Amino acid sequence: MNNLLKNREIQLAIVVGMLLIIIGLIIPDFLALSNLLGVYNDTSILIILALGQMLVIITRCIDLSVAANVALTGMVVATVNSTYPELSVPLIILLGASLGTILGMINGWLVWKMNIPAIVVTLGTMSIYRGIVFLISEGAWINAHQMSDSFLRIPRFELLGLPILGWCSIIVIAAMYYFTRHRQLGRKIYAAGNSPTAAYYIGVDVGKKQFIAFSISGLLAGIASYLWISRYAVAYTDIANGFELQVIAACVIGGVSIAGGTGTVMGCLLGALFLGIINNALPVIGISPFWQMAISGGVIIIAVIANSLSERKPGRIILRKAVQNAS
Amino acid sequence: MEQINTQNIEIKAIKQKKIPDWFVSWESFLLFTVVVVFILNCFASPYFLDPWTLSDATFNFSEKAIIALPLALVIIVREIDISVASIVALSSTAMGFVAQAGGDIVTICIVGMIVGTLCGIFNGLLVTKLNIPSIVVTIGTMSLFRGITYILLGDTALKDYPESFAYFGQGYVFSLFGFEFIAFLILAVIFYILLQRTNFGRRTYAIGNNPTAAYYSGINVSRHKLILFSLVGLFCGIAAIMLTSRLGSTRPTIALGWELNIITMVVLGGVSILGGSGTIVGVVIAIFLMGLVTVGLGLLNVPGIVMSVIIGLMLISVIAIPKLFKKFKHKTKH
Repeated sequence: MNNLLKNREIQLAIVVGMLLIIIGLIIPDFLALSNLLGVYNDTSILIILALGQMLVIITRCIDLSVAANVALTGMVVATVNSTYPELSVPLIILLGASLGTILGMINGWLVWKMNIPAIVVTLGTMSIYRGIVFLISEGAWINAHQMSDSFLRIPRFELLGLPILGWCSIIVIAAMYYFTRHRQLGRKIYAAGNSPTAAYYIGVDVGKKQFIAFSISGLLAGIASYLWISRYAVAYTDIANGFELQVIAACVIGGVSIAGGTGTVMGCLLGALFLGIINNALPVIGISPFWQMAISGGVIIIAVIANSLSERKPGRIILRKAVQNAS
Repeated sequence: MEQINTQNIEIKAIKQKKIPDWFVSWESFLLFTVVVVFILNCFASPYFLDPWTLSDATFNFSEKAIIALPLALVIIVREIDISVASIVALSSTAMGFVAQAGGDIVTICIVGMIVGTLCGIFNGLLVTKLNIPSIVVTIGTMSLFRGITYILLGDTALKDYPESFAYFGQGYVFSLFGFEFIAFLILAVIFYILLQRTNFGRRTYAIGNNPTAAYYSGINVSRHKLILFSLVGLFCGIAAIMLTSRLGSTRPTIALGWELNIITMVVLGGVSILGGSGTIVGVVIAIFLMGLVTVGLGLLNVPGIVMSVIIGLMLISVIAIPKLFKKFKHKTKH
């Protein structure tokens, strides 16, 4: 029992459960099944992006460009749809997914082959991708009436009470769970992040694993971009602006360590749900949406403090590192 | 035989010394680029080579440049602070409330600097006492600080600043140079001395090169980092005074997205994001380079978001190009 409580995912699940109970005490209707499914559906895009970000953070990198990737791919997807409305939706999704992957690969290639720190690369590509959105759209919006009917309808189609959008995230969760737990490549990504030197000596190409992590993050951003555009039925330059912070916050709350090598799909999912529940509950409880940013910032800080306090002590080290005991 | 060998080596050394290190350094490359951009700007617009244009152009980057100075030191010790823009917003908000309550200029400025410093100390304490990577801490405080300004201001603006407060952002020294620019130059000289000529500076490099070794040679690593984070906070406060004074109002979106510009200035200046190297001279030249590029593009009516594309490209290419050259050299040698 004690061991079970020490498990991070279970701690987090308890926190999420308590959060739901508190909100339920204030507004009982919030806990209705249809509302909870709605909240989950609303969090789906965050979950998909957070899972991609998790892989990148596991390899000791960070991807600040996800939101800009969503914006650029989304704008391209929307433009293609409005110019060629007869083009079938699966083809458009394929286009979005491949463009997203390419944008992710650019990040990964710069990190892998050019050896530039990920934070510098993605800080740069963040503004480059966002600027290109402006260049191709010339600042114009693409509105719902310019998009085709099937383009808008597919993610809203309900299956067993949950829209396709929600099912998409469930598929991504299952795929990522399988990939990170049962595929060799997934385990190697953890190895590369946990100890790059050790990984190198057992024959893992660390840079290549970072490249793959960035590509997968890009792929998921590409898929998410279609979902985002069709859900909100509008595409413009500032779409998803600042969303990368929410994505990183979901990972950090979910116990994905920025130092690399740790993080699970379940944790990441719970982290995203935690933020999703807060975002959905605030307006219902009657707190101004202006509080949202400060709350997610505060939650990130509390989460990292909790992480650092609960971190297991490392093995015996003869010379302790400066940062650990210099106080 | 051995003598000949040593002679050969000496000759080689002399030959190598013919080209002073300075010419192949990052700073000289930057300076060369500055000159090129300056000449291009002269061709780009007839209005560029006017003392007033040049003087007004300095207002664009002086505030950011003031934050870039201490941030360079933070990056040298292997940390980063991406909450700088949010600290500016929070200090500006605090100043706005003091002004609303009828505080005089001195109180307004002091409050701005104190709030900035407190934010910096908060970042620094989380990084040093709890041993959390600074990137996560400052991603969190970035939304926390800006979030607080949103809570306090909502969709309103504060603009009850006394008239004389406008001098910090709009005033001129010797009736030509902007006050902000002169303040930046003075602070740059102070930072040059601090980093290149004092024990404090040497310690900064030592920590950046190898924190463990620095710790075992008796440097109080976490206190040093805490001081640097507070310094960034203080300078964000100073920049907030100037920006608020220049705009004459405080909105929650003030200084939004500045962190990209400021970090680009520092990295472009040759400060390694991995820590341990970089100079203030490089950072200052990089600041001028970015200022000139922005002015040139502005004279050509390029919209701000396109400028950010160019700044993003600059950030990546200035690091990638030297590496590509090295690779190419390496390949031709073999």
